[in-house]
Amino acid sequence: MTKALYQMTIHELHELLKKKAVSALEITQAVYQRIDAVEPRVHAYITLTREAALKQAAAADEKTKQGTIPPLTGIPLAIKDLLCTAGIRTTCGSKILEQFIPPYDATVVRRLKEQHAVLVGKTNMDEFAMGSSTETSCFGPTANPWDLERVPGGSSGGSAAAVAADECIAALGTDTGGSIRQPAACCGIVGMKPTYGRVSRFGLIAFASSLDQIGPMTKDVTDTALLMNYISGHDPRDSTAVNREVPDYTRALIPEAKGLRLGVPREYFGASGIDPEVEKAVWEALRILERQGATLTEITLPHTEYAVAAYYLIAPAEASSNLARYDGVKYGYRHPGETDLRDMYEITRAEGFGAEVKRRIMLGTYALSAGYYDAYYRKASQVRTLIRQDFEEAFKACDLIVTPTAPTPPFRLGEKLNNPLQMYLSDIFTIPANLAGLPGISIPCGLSSRGLPIGLQIIGNLFEEEKIIHGAYCLEQNSDWHLTKPSLA
Amino acid sequence: MKITRHDVEHVARLARLRFSEDQLDLFTDQLNTILTDFDKLQQLDTTGVEPSTHAVNLSNAFRDDQVRPSLAGEEALKNAPAHERSCFKVPRIIEG
Repeated sequence: MTKALYQMTIHELHELLKKKAVSALEITQAVYQRIDAVEPRVHAYITLTREAALKQAAAADEKTKQGTIPPLTGIPLAIKDLLCTAGIRTTCGSKILEQFIPPYDATVVRRLKEQHAVLVGKTNMDEFAMGSSTETSCFGPTANPWDLERVPGGSSGGSAAAVAADECIAALGTDTGGSIRQPAACCGIVGMKPTYGRVSRFGLIAFASSLDQIGPMTKDVTDTALLMNYISGHDPRDSTAVNREVPDYTRALIPEAKGLRLGVPREYFGASGIDPEVEKAVWEALRILERQGATLTEITLPHTEYAVAAYYLIAPAEASSNLARYDGVKYGYRHPGETDLRDMYEITRAEGFGAEVKRRIMLGTYALSAGYYDAYYRKASQVRTLIRQDFEEAFKACDLIVTPTAPTPPFRLGEKLNNPLQMYLSDIFTIPANLAGLPGISIPCGLSSRGLPIGLQIIGNLFEEEKIIHGAYCLEQNSDWHLTKPSLA
Repeated sequence: MKITRHDVEHVARLARLRFSEDQLDLFTDQLNTILTDFDKLQQLDTTGVEPSTHAVNLSNAFRDDQVRPSLAGEEALKNAPAHERSCFKVPRIIEG
């Protein structure tokens, strides 16, 4: 059976485009036909930009006529709806930004447009990226394409589901505590959070500025490497986007693992709440890498058990400050008719934000407030130092750290919605990398007995995305989990 | 109790949020559950540990102070719920 255009990867389509065997317009139309067929069940998108996309595809075809094209030209991509797109509404999954039309593009969006990529639409997400299930979106939840009764993970659940359901070729997500990697694991795709500072955050609607990072969500590791080549790099508009050379990440696509030292942290295995099926799948993947020449070493990250608590004080503290800007004055929703300024602020915010966003603003405001700052925010920031030091020590003995991405396969819609603490624990394995600024990837490594995807996480040292891509590619080339697709029956 | 209903009302005022009576009870309850769990941080001795506010150590990023075009006023006002001339318009804040 030959693959339909919408099922293909960036690199497969690029080969066809180069040979002029297919046009960008045909690819884009195929993707929208797929969207028309499955989107009513999946609900991966908040906004579709069909008209603009068809124009972009026609422009890409012009480029192809003129000569050689770079890999992203003519490729339909989806963008998480917290990355600003000039002239296209950007909602962050929130009522408070429901009508917001950015006057400029995020740097990553500009970079994709410069490559003549085709932007299919804006994907669904937990409100302000606060959630692990895409259920806190004010536009309603996204369904997991593998089982429509289950969550796609979050917060970039719309991007993950769109890639898994072939409603785009690849997507961008953002990751503050696991929001690329955990949904990638839940939907059986590849998702990478780069090193903090590798990709410009200009035009990303801020949640927690010391943790947020943009990254690719793709059907295979090669596509992740390709997208990393084009989204990475210094940006004068984000002073934290490090001025450091961007390597050609595709050079790290090496199918064997000779010489790679893999660290297996004992705290991530046998922990309470981890599904034995997840653990088994990760170990089987580790054995594959070992057969390809990697060596395994047990390592220890002793402060792992404190990471969730530290994160859920630091991230909400930063969020409480970042979200102060939504006051009904400069942009966004305003409660109509109020004649008192303070009432206007409070009612606007009470009506504009959903429950989880309010919970985090409250938690963060409390952690920063007089009398509690030392016990909560400062303490959490000290624990963050200890977690960073754990990784510094661990990377003396290994090149990469391999763990499960999420403790369980995707859970049922509604299962954790009324238990915030349970929901927070979904991020237990992904949060430490954010606190330490480290890059991490999730790649498919198996299916549970119910046929649900399981993800494996590889964490690397700062700016060592190449080693991660190397390890991930080796595993992918020696297994076929990335070729297993949801039936969407 | 880590946090009382009264504290929740106080923090809501600081955060410019407003809750119904039911929501106050629910938030007090949920924040207590969360903060009680987070008490595990207090088990750790962090004496002498420098706090990290960022993951990657960065020094200041300087550039030349050059005048360049920026967002036009008209564009900046486009998303405002209310504006007048070149200003954002808010409810009256000075009595009289």
